[in-house]
Amino acid sequence: MSPVFWILSAVTVFGALAAVTLKNTVHCALAVTIAFAGLALLFLQLDAQFAGFAQILVYIGAVAILVVFAILLTRGSETPKEGIFSRSWFTGMTIAAGVFAVLGWAVIQSVHVLPHQAEAPSATVNQIGDALLSRYVLPLEIIALLLTAALVGAVIVAMHEKGESK
Amino acid sequence: MTPLAGYLLVAALVFAIGLAGALTRRNAILVLIGIELMLNAANLNLIAFWRYGPHPELLTGMMFAVFSIAVAAAEAAVGLGLVISIYRHTRTTDLDEMNRMKG
Amino acid sequence: MQESMGFTPQLTASSIAQILWLIPAMPIAASGVIALMKQPARRAASWLAIGSLAVSLLLSLVAFGHVLTGWSHGFSVRETVDFSWLQMGTGTVDLGWVLDPLSAVMGLMVALVSLLIFVYSTGYMAHDENYTRFFCFLSLFAGAMLGVVISNSLLLLFMCWEIVGLTSYLLIGFWYQKPSAAAAAKKAFVTTRVGDIFFLLGIVWLFSETGTLLFYNHGVGALEPEAIATMLAGKAALGLSAATVIGLLIFAGAAGKSGQLPLHVWLPDAMEGPTPVSALIHAATMVAAGVYLIARVYPLMAAGGALSHDGAVAGTTTALTVVTWVGAATAVFAALIAVAQNDIKRILAYSTVSQLGYMMAGLGMGGVAVGMFHLITHAFFKALLFMGAGSAIHGCHEEQDVRRMGGLRKDMPTTFITYAAGMMALAGFIPLAGFWSKDAILESAHTWKSSQGPYFLLVFGALLTAFYMTRQVCYVFFGESRGHGHAHESPRVMTVPLVILAFFAVTLGALGTPAWPWFRSFLTDRPAPFELAGFGEPGIAALMVTSTLVVILGLSLGWWMYGNKSPRADEPDALEKAAPTVWGWLAKKLYADELYGVTVIALYAWWARVADWFDRRVWGGLVAAVTLSFRGFAYFDRFFDQQFVDGGFDKGCEEIYTGGGLLARVQTGRVQHYLRLLAVAVVILAAILIWSSRG
Repeated sequence: MSPVFWILSAVTVFGALAAVTLKNTVHCALAVTIAFAGLALLFLQLDAQFAGFAQILVYIGAVAILVVFAILLTRGSETPKEGIFSRSWFTGMTIAAGVFAVLGWAVIQSVHVLPHQAEAPSATVNQIGDALLSRYVLPLEIIALLLTAALVGAVIVAMHEKGESK
Repeated sequence: MTPLAGYLLVAALVFAIGLAGALTRRNAILVLIGIELMLNAANLNLIAFWRYGPHPELLTGMMFAVFSIAVAAAEAAVGLGLVISIYRHTRTTDLDEMNRMKG
Repeated sequence: MQESMGFTPQLTASSIAQILWLIPAMPIAASGVIALMKQPARRAASWLAIGSLAVSLLLSLVAFGHVLTGWSHGFSVRETVDFSWLQMGTGTVDLGWVLDPLSAVMGLMVALVSLLIFVYSTGYMAHDENYTRFFCFLSLFAGAMLGVVISNSLLLLFMCWEIVGLTSYLLIGFWYQKPSAAAAAKKAFVTTRVGDIFFLLGIVWLFSETGTLLFYNHGVGALEPEAIATMLAGKAALGLSAATVIGLLIFAGAAGKSGQLPLHVWLPDAMEGPTPVSALIHAATMVAAGVYLIARVYPLMAAGGALSHDGAVAGTTTALTVVTWVGAATAVFAALIAVAQNDIKRILAYSTVSQLGYMMAGLGMGGVAVGMFHLITHAFFKALLFMGAGSAIHGCHEEQDVRRMGGLRKDMPTTFITYAAGMMALAGFIPLAGFWSKDAILESAHTWKSSQGPYFLLVFGALLTAFYMTRQVCYVFFGESRGHGHAHESPRVMTVPLVILAFFAVTLGALGTPAWPWFRSFLTDRPAPFELAGFGEPGIAALMVTSTLVVILGLSLGWWMYGNKSPRADEPDALEKAAPTVWGWLAKKLYADELYGVTVIALYAWWARVADWFDRRVWGGLVAAVTLSFRGFAYFDRFFDQQFVDGGFDKGCEEIYTGGGLLARVQTGRVQHYLRLLAVAVVILAAILIWSSRG
C-alpha cells in the first residue's frame, strides 16, 4: 500500500464527507468535485488511464457543472429553515453505517481469497477502441440510444410548458 | 491487507458516505450528489477488480466502468432536469415536503 | 208373504218393467237441468218439472195397468230388472227395480199427488223470488221418492232414502234467512239421521247374513224364503233371532222418517217450510216412505210368525209387536197434542204423526194391505187438507194462527167445501175414504191375538181426531172473521187440485170395503169378488157401528165446545178454560222437545265442551310446545349467527382494514424513506448471502 494510495484515498473520502455534510449547497458541489478528482487520480493509480480521463471529462467537466447549474437554478444556496438534514437523519446514518459494516465485513472476510495481479495491464486507447467496436459494440449502440433518450428527456422535462408561469 | 482489499474498503467507505448523504440530506440535489458518489464508488470497485483480477486483457472492468460513467452522466442530466421541473411546481427542493405520493 | 193360492207367478220383465227406471230418472234429470237455469227462468223451470213428472205419471199409469191386467188374469206379477253396480273381488253389489202390485200402487199415488201439488205450487209460490230453486228441489224430491218406491235393492232404496232426506232438509229450510226455518231443517235432518244410523246397521247386518241386498232375485233375494230362513237361524242378543233384530233396526230408520214416537219431534217444526212442501213431503209421500219400507220388508218382519186363518195375514212376531205398540202409542200421543195447538199447519202436522202411527199399527196387526190402504187414502186427504190450509193462509194474507182466522166459509167457499171433505175423511166419517181405511185397521186391531190394548188406544185416537179437526174447522171457517183485511178466494190453479183431491178423498174408500176388498186382494195376489155378504162377516157390522158412533161423538163434542163461537186471539181456549193444567201440558207438546233438550242435547253439548277443552288445551298445548321449541331454536340460531358468524366476520374485516391502514403508513410519499427501505433490504440480503456463502 503505497503512500500515494493513502493520500488519494484521504482526499477522496474527505471530499465525499464534505459533500454530504456542508451547509452551503454550492460548497457541497465543489466538495464533490474534489471527490471526483480524487477518484480520477485513483483510477490513474490503478493504470486505468482511459477511465481516469473519462472520469475527469465527464464527471468533473459535465456532471459537476450540471449540479452547480441546478443548484443555482433552484436557489439551493439558501439554507432551509429547518436545517440541512432531514428530520430522521439518525436513521439514515445508521443505515449507511450498516451498509458499510456489511461491505467491510465482506471484504475483510474474503481477504485471503482476493486475486492479486502484480503486473500492470496495458489498456491502450487503441485496444479500447478495438474492444468497443468488436466485443462491446452492442453496449456501445445502446449507450448511444440511452444518451439520445436522456438528452431528449432532459430537455422535455425541464422545458417550460405552454402557459405556465415562470 | 492486499491492495485490492484496500481499494475495496475505500470504495465501500465512499459508497456508505454517498448513501448517508442520499438518505439524510433535505435537498434533492444533494441526494443526487450522494447517488453520484455511490456510482463512483462502484466504478472504483470495478476498476480495482479489473486491475487485480484475472484476465485484464479482456478490458471487461474498464469497459464496465466507462459505460457506467456514461450512464451516470445521462442519469444526472435527467435527474437534475426533473429536480428543476419539480422546483418550478413546488418552489422548493426540500424532500421532506414532497409527500404527495403518501399512501 | 207367501205366494197366493191359484195365482201363477209372472217374473220375466216386460217392456214396461225394462223402462221403469225412467219414472224416477225423469224428475231427477229435470231437477239437474233446472239447477243450471238462471233464477228468472221461472216458467221454464215449472214447466220442465211438471212436464217430467207428467211423463212419470203416464209411465206409472202404464205400469199400473200392466200389473192390473196381469192380476186380473190370475198372474202374480213381480218383475225385477237387476244390474251389477260394484265389483268387490268375486262378489258384486247389485242394484235394480221391481214392478209388483205394491210398487205400482205406491208409484201411481206418489206421481199423481206430486203432480197435483206441483201445479198447486205454481200458484202458491208465484210471489216468491226463489221460484226456480223451489222447483229444482221439488223435482229432485219427486224423483228420489219414486226411486225409493221402485227399488229392488235395499242399497238403492237407502240411497234414494238419503236423497229424500236431503231434499226434505233443503225444502224445510227453503226460506233459510229465517232462523227458525234453518233450525227446523237441521232438526229434521239430525233426527232422521239418528234413525238412519240404525237403518244402515240393519242393512249391513242383512248383507252379512244373506250375502245379498236385492229383495227379489229369482229365489236368492233377501226377502225370499231361503234368505229369510238363514236370518231366522242367525242369533242376536237377548235370545232374539237375527231376523227380528234386523227388522227392528230397519224399523228404527222408518220410525225416524215417519215420525214415530221418540223421533217425531222434527215433523211439527218442519212446518216452517212452504205449504206445498208440507203437503207433499210431510203428509203424503216422504213420511209415508217409512211405512212403505216396512211394507216392503214385511216378509222379514213377519218371519217366523204363524199365518192367520186365511193365509193373508201373518201371525205376530216380536218385530211386528214392537211396530204395533209404537204405532198405537204415537197415534194417541200426537192426537192429544194436536188438540191444543193454535197454528193451522201444526195441527195438521200432529195429525199426520198420529195417522202415521195408525199406519204402522195397521201394518203390525193387519199386514201390508191394511197399512198401505190407509197410507194411500191418507195421502190424498192429508195433501188436500194441507193445500186447503195453504189456500186459507194465502187468502188471509199469510196469517197462520187459527185464532186470527174465521168466517172463511163465506169468503172462500171452494176451499171450505174441499177442506170439509178432507176433514171428514180424516175423521173417518162413513162412507168417506178415511172411514174404510181406518176401520180396516180397527178391525185388525180388534182381532189381534196379543192384546186389545192397541184397539182401545186407536179408538180413543179416532175420537180425538174427530174432536181436534172439528175444532180447527170451527176456528178457521166458522164464526166471525178475526183477521185483518178481507179474505179472498185463491186462484184456479190452486183450487182445481183441491177439487181433484177431494174427489179422491171421497171415493177412494170404495176400493177397500169389506164388500169388495179390491185393494187387499190386489196387493196379496188373490181374486177380489164383490160380495155384499162381506158386511155380514162376524164383527164387521158391529165394528162399523162402533167407529161411526165414536166419530159422531167426537164431532159433536167439537161442535159443542167450539161451534159458531169465534173467540178472540187473546181469549183462552174453551178447553183451556175447562181443564187448564191438561191444556198446558198438551200445548207444550207434552214436553218432548224439552226432554230431549235436557238429556240428549245437554249430553251432546257437554261432550262438545269436553272435546273443545281437550282440543284447545291438550292438542293446542302440544302444538304450542312444538312452536315454542322452534322459536327457541330460532333465537339460539339468531344469537349464534349474530355473535359468532357475523361478529367473527366483522372482526376479521376490521383487522384487515386496520392492517391495511398500518401497512399504508409505509407509503409516506417521501423518497428518502423508500431509499432507506431499499438500503435496509439490500443490507439484509447481502448479509444473508455472505453468511450462507461463508458456511
